[in-house]
Amino acid sequence: MIHARAIEAIAAEWIARRHFGVWEEADQAELDAWLTQDIAHRVAFVRLNSSWQRTGRLVALRSTSPEAPHKAGDKSWVRGFFPRVAAGLAMMALLGAGGAYFAFAEHTTTYSTTIGGREILRLADGSQIELNTDTVLRVSDRRDRREVWLDKGEAYFRITHDSTRPFTVTAQGQRIVDLGTEFVVRQEPDRVRVAVYEGHVRVGADAKRSPVLNAGDIAVATQHGVSVARNAAPKAKTNLAWRRGMLVFDNVTLGDAAAEFNRYNHQQIVIADPAVATLKVAGTFPINGTVGFSNLTRHVLGLRVETQGQVISISH
Amino acid sequence: MVEKVDSHRSADGTQSDMTADNPSARLDAWFDREILPLEALLMQYLEHNWRNRSDLPDLRQEVYVRVYQAAIENIPEKPRQFLLATARNLLIDRVRHEQVVPIESAADLETLGVALDAPGPERIVIARDELRRLQAALDRLSPRCREVVVLARIEGLSRGEISQRLGITEVTVSSYLTQGICALADILHGEPANIRRST
Repeated sequence: MIHARAIEAIAAEWIARRHFGVWEEADQAELDAWLTQDIAHRVAFVRLNSSWQRTGRLVALRSTSPEAPHKAGDKSWVRGFFPRVAAGLAMMALLGAGGAYFAFAEHTTTYSTTIGGREILRLADGSQIELNTDTVLRVSDRRDRREVWLDKGEAYFRITHDSTRPFTVTAQGQRIVDLGTEFVVRQEPDRVRVAVYEGHVRVGADAKRSPVLNAGDIAVATQHGVSVARNAAPKAKTNLAWRRGMLVFDNVTLGDAAAEFNRYNHQQIVIADPAVATLKVAGTFPINGTVGFSNLTRHVLGLRVETQGQVISISH
Repeated sequence: MVEKVDSHRSADGTQSDMTADNPSARLDAWFDREILPLEALLMQYLEHNWRNRSDLPDLRQEVYVRVYQAAIENIPEKPRQFLLATARNLLIDRVRHEQVVPIESAADLETLGVALDAPGPERIVIARDELRRLQAALDRLSPRCREVVVLARIEGLSRGEISQRLGITEVTVSSYLTQGICALADILHGEPANIRRST
């Protein structure tokens, strides 16, 4: 027998699809085909649909102000129900004991953020994962395994240790196995950067020859091997500033700083001249402070800053 | 034809959203009206008589499949008795099937006859205020999940609008919504109406 939760997840996807989408006869036919496949499909669908229809009555609670139907701030009820957390940061009880669960047919659940977005996931075992800007992370739905895949971007992990079920992050074929700890994994072109803040982590494509990183270590893993910088703690700390919505630069090149801003913002800083790009800068900036940062280079470094639409050019 | 199929159900909540000429429609409506309201009772019964809680969703599904299958032939006259008898038979099958009999289950199986006659929690007065119950159910979702359900269901925002507002992708929006749909079913069907009322 297929697990009830898996069937339920598919039935829920049908309901969600029907709710959001344009629903045409072909869609209904597809759904009908799925429903007739198995009585288990039918009972799961009828059950979920029944409670979902009931929630329709909640529309009675909708704000009555017709001129601003989409402003959450105008809706005292909505505001009361989920207190907003600063900067879009929301704590989530993801796999809570209360019955919130995910099981999809493909056995993973995908979470992603847009450019400038940030998202905190909380797993059933108490582990916490924080997704940085423009990131795609898949989480295995299997209860006996703790495994995630970082397909894109960067994520911070604080993992509850369980020696019987190691927590594994896979990125670009590199496996990062936690030995009870706090660390960040970041995808860069052709390499994966892992910074460890607490505990121990094993990094590498080949489990047998993977080096163990300790707190303060930073590893860069490519398909050719893994290099480790030991005791790089101060640098590792500045790499975590994004969790507070900040970027911290400590003696980095202007080019690198610009690239960092560009990860979080649609407005892109372009520095064509290598002589300008290699100037060194330091400072702490809000993640969305592209304009302020650019203006600072004008005032402090005497550079020329030109804005055209979404592009800010910095030159001599 | 373009429409959102939200409002096919009549106000009394008994009509299935299947089209009326579909032979399954009457059966679905019966299942919705007679069996689903007994879920809290069923879950309590299964919980009481089966040690491994992680089996419960599968057991519930199997009971529902058996009940629905039987109803295709002949709609049971006494849904409550029929549901509990089906659950009882399923548990007995399971215990026989598993070579190692769980001791606790075996002990409880002997008392099943008694349990069948015990008053069920569905006797508990149905919440006078359905809205309050729905609100309480919503309140128990994880914050982000609740936010998506509220924006989709109550505010009627599109997937794209929710994605923009919350800074998450449309795939993630759908993921939260399906999660909410499942969790709401567990809460609204599976738990007695009175115990989760907020004070």
